[in-house]
Parts: sequence; structure tokens; C-alpha cells
Amino acid sequence: MNLILFIFIVLLGFTSYYFGRRKAYTIQSTNKRLTALPQFYGYYLAIWCAIPAFIIFSLWAIFEPTIVKLLILSDYSNQGYLDDELNLIYEKTKALSRGQFTGEITPFIEASAEKYLSLRSIAQSSKAVIVLSIIIASVAYAYKKISSNSRTREPVEKFLKAVLFTASLAAILTTVGIVFSLIFQTIDFFKVIPLFDFVFGTHWYPAKAFVRDSSEALDPTMYSDTFGAVPIFAGTFFIAFIAMCVAIPIGLMSGIYLAEYASVKVRQYAKPLIEILAGIPTVVYGFFAALTVGPFLKEIGNSMGLDVSAESALAAGGVMGIMIIPFISSLSDDVITSVPQSLRDGSYAMGATKSETIKKVIFPAALPGIVGSILLGVSRAIGETMIVVMASGLAANLTLNPLESTSTITAQIVVILIGDQAFGDPKTQAAFALGMSLFLVTLCLNIVALRVVKKYREKYE
Amino acid sequence: MNKNKEQLLNKRYKAEKRFRLYGQGAIFMAFLFLIIFIFKIFSTGYSAFQKTWLIVPVTFDAELMMLEQNPSKQDLKDADYYDIALKSMADLDPNANEDQENELKRMVSYFFEREIKRELLNDPSLIGKTKDVYLTASDDLDQVFKGNYPRDLPEDQRRVTDYQLKIFDQLVELGKVESKFNLSFFTYPDSREAELAGIASSFMGSIFSILVCLMIAFPVAVLAAIYLEEFAPKNRFTDFIEVNINNLAAVPSIVFGLLGLGILLAVFQLPRSTPLVGGITLSLMTLPTIIIACRASLKAVPPSIREAALAMGASKMQTTMHHTVPLSMPGTLSGTIIGLAQALGETAPLILIGMVAFVNTIPGSPLDPAASLPVQIYIWAESAERGFVEKVSACIMVLLGFLIIMNLFAQIIRHKFEKKWS
Repeated sequence: MNLILFIFIVLLGFTSYYFGRRKAYTIQSTNKRLTALPQFYGYYLAIWCAIPAFIIFSLWAIFEPTIVKLLILSDYSNQGYLDDELNLIYEKTKALSRGQFTGEITPFIEASAEKYLSLRSIAQSSKAVIVLSIIIASVAYAYKKISSNSRTREPVEKFLKAVLFTASLAAILTTVGIVFSLIFQTIDFFKVIPLFDFVFGTHWYPAKAFVRDSSEALDPTMYSDTFGAVPIFAGTFFIAFIAMCVAIPIGLMSGIYLAEYASVKVRQYAKPLIEILAGIPTVVYGFFAALTVGPFLKEIGNSMGLDVSAESALAAGGVMGIMIIPFISSLSDDVITSVPQSLRDGSYAMGATKSETIKKVIFPAALPGIVGSILLGVSRAIGETMIVVMASGLAANLTLNPLESTSTITAQIVVILIGDQAFGDPKTQAAFALGMSLFLVTLCLNIVALRVVKKYREKYE
Repeated sequence: MNKNKEQLLNKRYKAEKRFRLYGQGAIFMAFLFLIIFIFKIFSTGYSAFQKTWLIVPVTFDAELMMLEQNPSKQDLKDADYYDIALKSMADLDPNANEDQENELKRMVSYFFEREIKRELLNDPSLIGKTKDVYLTASDDLDQVFKGNYPRDLPEDQRRVTDYQLKIFDQLVELGKVESKFNLSFFTYPDSREAELAGIASSFMGSIFSILVCLMIAFPVAVLAAIYLEEFAPKNRFTDFIEVNINNLAAVPSIVFGLLGLGILLAVFQLPRSTPLVGGITLSLMTLPTIIIACRASLKAVPPSIREAALAMGASKMQTTMHHTVPLSMPGTLSGTIIGLAQALGETAPLILIGMVAFVNTIPGSPLDPAASLPVQIYIWAESAERGFVEKVSACIMVLLGFLIIMNLFAQIIRHKFEKKWS
């Protein structure tokens, strides 16, 4: 039904476009000067067809379910049901009307289902009638306007500009969506667990929250030692630190080499090859870390008499470091190449060797940009998920031994939310609280890093 | 004095050489990682494209199948194949006792009766006759045949018993074991049995998610980029949008998963585990990538083009839509493809919106529950069976293949169609 209506409206839009254009030609044939190109007359009509249709469709989508629900439940209003029971009755009615209801069918619900179906069909047909009549009215109004040869290009372009502007709001909407999806659950979480316990507690054991009998009231004291995030934060930064220990030397040195030493030909091939490392999906790195690097480290450790866990922080962090190499190398390469040649020439003129120039002149000059690129790398390491989920442990140990297993913010979010989630459960809310802290930390890192890089670019441009 | 100077110079030259060496070493290390990586994946994965079959004589005994005289097509479909399947396996060793018969049964895949059924449905005249039927070997024997399974372990640490190995070796000697191209890896959906698991379901899930992602992200991103690059006034609000876009590009992907879970599933009540929700989530992620690429290529169109159009009396909107945007399309498209390639490899947000559910049907629309290729890699990598290890690597090879093709495509578009202004 909706689809047929939609196709009909699209066809109507096209016809009105052709009508508008034809009108323009007839105006032209009477030797009057057109105010715009003929197709603008067509666009004008088509827009007058599309906007009302869009508005009515969205109004219907918002209000139809609520109104139908109100009408159905008005039959039950004075029988003393609770809100939850009413919702259940409504769900049963809907399921029965779709023929998916399994359970005892009471005559009440059967009657409601019939009423539901008839209401739906009334709603659908009235929607069709209203949409079509309003479209015809608005197109007729617009047709009158173009018949009097009034301006059409300006309104059409204004409309297009409005569409472009709306699209550019998508980025803001996404950010708002992220904040909204996180903030409510986070606030609910901190209603049960004090912020202090979350930030400074040293025991993370969310599985404990699972044991609760759902019929009992929430008892905050039960969670007093469950959601202490210190081991998680420590693990996150520890693994990121290991990753950066791998990524910074290799990434920075290869960036310097590519920018200062490599011939054009080497650069042409080496740069994209290194960047392949950035294009490999993280789940593949995770598999590699879990299947190859972890057991390999364990074997080496055992042969040296060390007790190495197969899921060590070292394996996860090391592989993560490999993943981050190309981010640091490309960014620092860009930064170094944008250092003005005059600085190099000055240094060479004083008799400095190439490496001395790099170390004493170019590196200090490029330092802000390099720091920015490293910060972006850190933010990526903190937000990385799959490598940690697959290669590092899932139990939150508070340790600084790289050979033991630790857990991170991202890994805990996945562990908690994999499978079915019950919203309103402190355990689920804990995942959102972790997500919030992850978002805030990476946001700060990104803003600082982007600002540093931008400032640096402005300096030399 | 002179000698001192020379020493100093030598020292400086040595330092120079060392520094250069560090640089070469760093690049070498990066390459080394890449090579180890690719070698490891290919060496464990290539064998998954072969599948081991046991050739077993099956007697289609009408009595055992509970078939009456002149059965119809429906009768054949409803017939009982389990008994003849069991009997044909037990007949491999006439002296087998009950336990050994059970072990014989476990030498082939879990659904071996279906393969026998298919054989008879293809040729109903087989009733009462005996025919050699190809049966999928169990994943453990498959691994044994490929040489991935350590035979020298003590028996209680193996999933293959000595007895099974003995019979299997006899079959190999008789030429009754064959290795063929594993077509079912591409045409079967996921399964709990490694020998029957394929990537068809997750592949379709990936395709649907990417299509949804493309249909949402591309138009919105291009329109947004046009506005920001060509029309937006320079003011605080525009700056704010720009800061937002740059930040979104660096937000961890798992946060987008939380967005999908908290808004799309919880508020809008969209169906869980579906490529529709996955695609929307991924589109929010790729949006900044495409916007940034599109803006860069709009910026690369020289102002003289715009000035020429404006001088001919075109409006600002006409200049943009007729000249600037078409000229920027190659760059935009290649940026879009790269963004989609990133989305194709994304795992964490899809796990959060429930695309890890076990799906053993091939999804037919974006509204059916599905997994995606990277999620399939994760699911298989977490399974304990040895047979899944090569499947994971093979799945990775398929995924990497797609990523390479997409990136090559992006390069080709960029080099073939992009105009060089100089």
C-alpha cells in the first residue's frame, strides 16, 4: 500500500515536471520573456509536489502508531489495568493481527485485533486521500504561479540550498546521536554506582551483576565492589603504551627515511606498501595476534623459563603497534616534507650532515606536527577493539607485567554487550559508561592533536 | 689537531650512516611484518579451498528406507535415509563392533544422510542398486588428509581415534578418498560443523550492509561537502560543523556501535542483527571519510572553471551543479570506494548491534538477520575446532581480495578520469 502510494507520488512528481516545462514553452511561444530556463518551471512544480507529500508521510509515521494505540487501549481504560499490562495487551493485539500470536486467544484480544486491523486500514486509506488531495491542491497553486510567469529559479535554488544545508547537519546530528545514546544510560548507571567507586575502584567484575534475581529490588550495596574501572583504564593505557613502543620508533624512522632519504622511485612504491598495513581489517590483526603471535611469545617465554600467558598484553599491544605504524609514518612524512627547504639549505650551508640537519633542524621544526600524529596514533590505539577482544584476556587484572593478560575499555564493552542486552540493567549501563569515558578521552586527544597539526600547518603555509 | 678533526669527521660520517641504516631498518621491519602476515594467512588458508570426500558404496535398499513399490517423488523425499546411510558406513568394516560402528559414522560429516538423499532424488532408478557416493569427510579427517593434524599425538588427545585412522588409511590406499575444489565454502551458509560451514550467509550480509551504507552515506556526504565547500559562509557555525566532521573521522568505531545499539535498536526499534541497522551504523562511520574526500576534490577544481561559468551568466547553483561537481566526481568516487572498503572490514560496531548471531540461512534482504565477513572471521576464530582455523584464513583471503579489488578500482578511477590541472 505504502509502496504503491509512493510510486504514484513519484510519477506525479515527474508528470508535474513535464507539465511545468511545457507551460514554459507555451509561455515562450506567446513571445513573452521567460524568467528562468524552462526546466526550472518543471523543478518548481515537482518541488511543490514533493514537499507536502514528504511532510504528510513523516507526520503520519510519527502520529499514526500512537493514535491507533490510544484508540485500542481506550476499550480497556476503566478496567484498572496497569501501564505495563496495557502495553502487553497492545503487543498481543498487534501480534494476533499479524497472525504471529502463539498463546491463549481471549475474545477481548480478538476483538481488539479486529479493531486494530480496521483502524489501520482506515488510517492507510485516509492517508492516501489526504496526501493526494493536498498534492493536487499544491501543484495547482504552483501551476497558477508559473502561469503568471513569476520567478521560479530563485525559489528552486533556495530549496536546493536548504537541502544541501540539511545534509551538512548530518555530521552534527551524528555527534548529538552519539552523546545522547551514551549519556542517558551513563546517568542511570551513576545513579546506582557512585562516580567515585567507578573512577577509583580497583575491582572490575561485571559478571557479578548477572547473578541478581530480577524480581528483587535493586540493592546498590551489592555492586559496591563490582564496577571499579581502574584495572580497565590501566589495561587500556598499558596496551596502548606497548603499541606505541612498537609504532613510534618504526613509524617515525620510516617517515623520516621516506621524506628525507628515499629516492622518488622508492618513495613511490614503499609508501603505498606500508599503507597496506593500515587497510587490513582489525579483525584480521586480531586473528593473527591470537593464532600466531600469542603462542609464539608463549613458546619463547617458556624456553626462557618465563611464565607467559597465551593471551598476553604484549601480543595484543605489539600487533596493535604494527597496525599503527602507517598512521605515524604517513603523517610524519607529510609533516616533514612541509618543512621549508630554506631551513635545510641553511643547515647544509653551515656544513651539517644530513642526519645532523634532520636531528637538529628539521625534527625540532616538525615536532608539533609529529606530536600531533603520535596523539592521533594513541587515540587509535585506545579505541581499537578487535585485536584486544581476540588476543588479550577478558578478565580485568590490575598488572604492569606485559606477559600477563589484561583487559581494555573496548574489550569490556564487547564482552558485556555481545548477545542479548537488557536495557536498564547496571551491567549494560556500565558498558555505556565505559563507552562515554572512551568517547571523552579520544575526543580530547583528537581535538588537541588536530589543533596542534593545524597550527603547525598554518605556520609554514 | 688535524688528526682530531679527521676523527671527528669520521665519527660524524659514521653517525650519518647509522641514522640512514635506522631508517632503512624501520622500513624493512614494516615490510617484514607485512610479508609474515600475508604468508601466514595464505599458508594456513589455501587448503580450505580443497575439500576431502570419502567414496562409499551405498546400497539403496527400499525396505530399509521404508519405501513401498513405485514410490512418488514425495515418498522419496519423506523416506528414511538414516538407516541406509548408517549401514553403508558400517559396511566399510564388516567386523566392526557397536562402538566401532559409531566411530565409522563419525568419519563423515554430520549431515551425510542428506548427501545420500540428494543422490537418490537425482536418480530414482537407483533403488535396489549399489552406487559409490561421495560423502563429505568429517573436518578432523579432512585435516588429517591435508596433513594439518598431528598423527603422533597419543590417542586420548586426538579427536580422531586410531581405529578411524586405520580405516581411513585403508580407504586412501584403495583410492576411495578424493580431494576436490571446495565449492560449498562459497555456497553454504554458516554451520556448527566445520566441514559444512561456508561464507554465503556472511557474504550476502556484507553485500547488503555495504549497499545500505552506500545508499545513505554517498548522497548525504556529497551534498554536505558541496554545501561546505561552495556555499557555506565563513562563520562560527560552519567551523563547528567542520570540527565535528574531523572529530567523527577519529571517533573509535565501537562508539558507533553503541550509537546503533542505543538509538537505532533501543529508540527506533529497528530489527536486531540485520544488515539494515549494520548499514546505517556503517554509513555514519563512512560519512566523514566521503565528505573529506569530496571536499578535497572540489577544492582541486580550479577557480577559473567557476569564473568562466559565472561569466557566462550561470547562477552559483548552476555553476556548481553543472561544472564543479561533475569535475570533482572521480576524486569523490574513489574516496567513496575507499570509505566503503573501510566499512567492509569493520567488525566491532556490527558485533554490538547483534550481527554475531548464528545464522544458518542465506539472507535474502537487508531485513533478514545476517552476519558479515569480518564478523564471520571473529565467530570462526573463537571456535575451538581445528577445522575452523583454515576456514578463518580462507575467509580472510576472500575479504582481503575484496579490499584489494576495491582499492585498485579506486586507484583506477582516480588515475583514469581525474583531470590534472596545471
